[in-house]
Amino acid sequence: MNQEDIGAIRLTLELATIVTLLLLLAGTPIAWWLAKSGSRFRNAVGALVALPLVLPPTVLGFYLLLLMGPNGPVGHFTEAMGWGLLPFTFPGLVLASTLYSLPFVVQPIQNSFEAIGRRPMEVAATLGASPFDSFLKIALPLAKPGLVTAAILGFAHTVGEFGVVLMIGGNIPDRTRVISVQIYNHVEALEYAQAHWLAGGMMAFSFIALLILYTFNPAKK
Amino acid sequence: MKRLFLTLFSLSAIGAHAADIKVAVAANFTAPMKQIASDFEKETGNHVALSFGGTGQFYAQIRNGAPYDLLLAADEKTPEKLEREGLAGGRFTYAVGKLVLWSSKAGYVDGEGKVLKEGSFGHIAIANPGLAPYGAAAMQTLKGLGLLDSLSPKMVQGENISQTFQFVASGNAELGFVALSQVWKDGKLVSGSAWVVPAKLYSPIRQDAAVLSSSKEKTAAAALANYLKGEKARAVIKSYGYDFQ
Repeated sequence: MNQEDIGAIRLTLELATIVTLLLLLAGTPIAWWLAKSGSRFRNAVGALVALPLVLPPTVLGFYLLLLMGPNGPVGHFTEAMGWGLLPFTFPGLVLASTLYSLPFVVQPIQNSFEAIGRRPMEVAATLGASPFDSFLKIALPLAKPGLVTAAILGFAHTVGEFGVVLMIGGNIPDRTRVISVQIYNHVEALEYAQAHWLAGGMMAFSFIALLILYTFNPAKK
Repeated sequence: MKRLFLTLFSLSAIGAHAADIKVAVAANFTAPMKQIASDFEKETGNHVALSFGGTGQFYAQIRNGAPYDLLLAADEKTPEKLEREGLAGGRFTYAVGKLVLWSSKAGYVDGEGKVLKEGSFGHIAIANPGLAPYGAAAMQTLKGLGLLDSLSPKMVQGENISQTFQFVASGNAELGFVALSQVWKDGKLVSGSAWVVPAKLYSPIRQDAAVLSSSKEKTAAAALANYLKGEKARAVIKSYGYDFQ
């Protein structure tokens, strides 16, 4: 493994950590709303969140490239804020990966919230707990398996992301060149030995992540 | 009599046999090849199926038994390598690519490439020089101009020349080195502004083709290869800004 490979590994872990934290923060309220809301927009929002599950990552990456570019609305906004344009930057990757991994975090949490049912929250309310209190002290602890699943899936999925980064990253060492892009570079350059190191490592990592998931969270018998 | 009949019948069957030729085409040659393939189909009645992609990817696929008949590579290395490994033969240069510095904005790139020295842009896109011949040619050009070190921090890389074009076309990179064939049609620039890099600044980008040894349609594939060398195909290739040896 060379210096570039190690740089790519470090960058990927950094990206996945930040994205997972952001996803837990943003995904939990979305999951709660989806689980509890009676709004007529609920299905539409649910479908929107699930889009990255079925869209080819290149489609998402292509639209992000256009939206975040100098002629896109997101690009106009970030330039007006003085942040510059997001493609080819680490924050751009963070934003793209957050969108891309959103369903992998929202759905397990949503399932956990739905499984809790109304009763525990109603009991808490009759005992005088505020809705926010009962959310923190009852709903969140009861949804812990879902939160753990969400964190592991969100992290692993971000590590494995390729198409979106390929479209908006620009292959810049230590800024946007993640492991999956580096594997692609090795394969394309016919450096199969180096590709095996990274690709094999990725297989092992993904397997271990899922193994932990299933050990921690065994299917209900 | 019966025998003669049978012979005639089988001969006519051979004559009517329309081959199905599968061609792996380098991404930068997409537009001209579509036109050439459709002309060839009309003239011969054969069917041509085109796959577009990166040459490195095609190499990996061919080594693993992909059923292509003809490879139109973006370089000369890959067909040569395949020939050495006994996987292809009959190499020839079907086009010589030209490098262009291009911006999607009109008037942004001047006719002499001075914009490179001014350096008032945020990003300059090139194709990955380790993978794409046009990327290697871009690096060679910048090195020759003595601008490589000053421009490196602004450089973004597309994995292939199509993606590099996309970075520039979407305006995310103000300018970039792409293949002339991507921005050139009927002898003129399609949009934006460009500097056609003088050929003396980089080694010629020879794009070679080869018929694959595993092909089941070798005759038809060779006919298409020959057609590529013909006047009609060459006129198409030239109109997209390619040269010949």
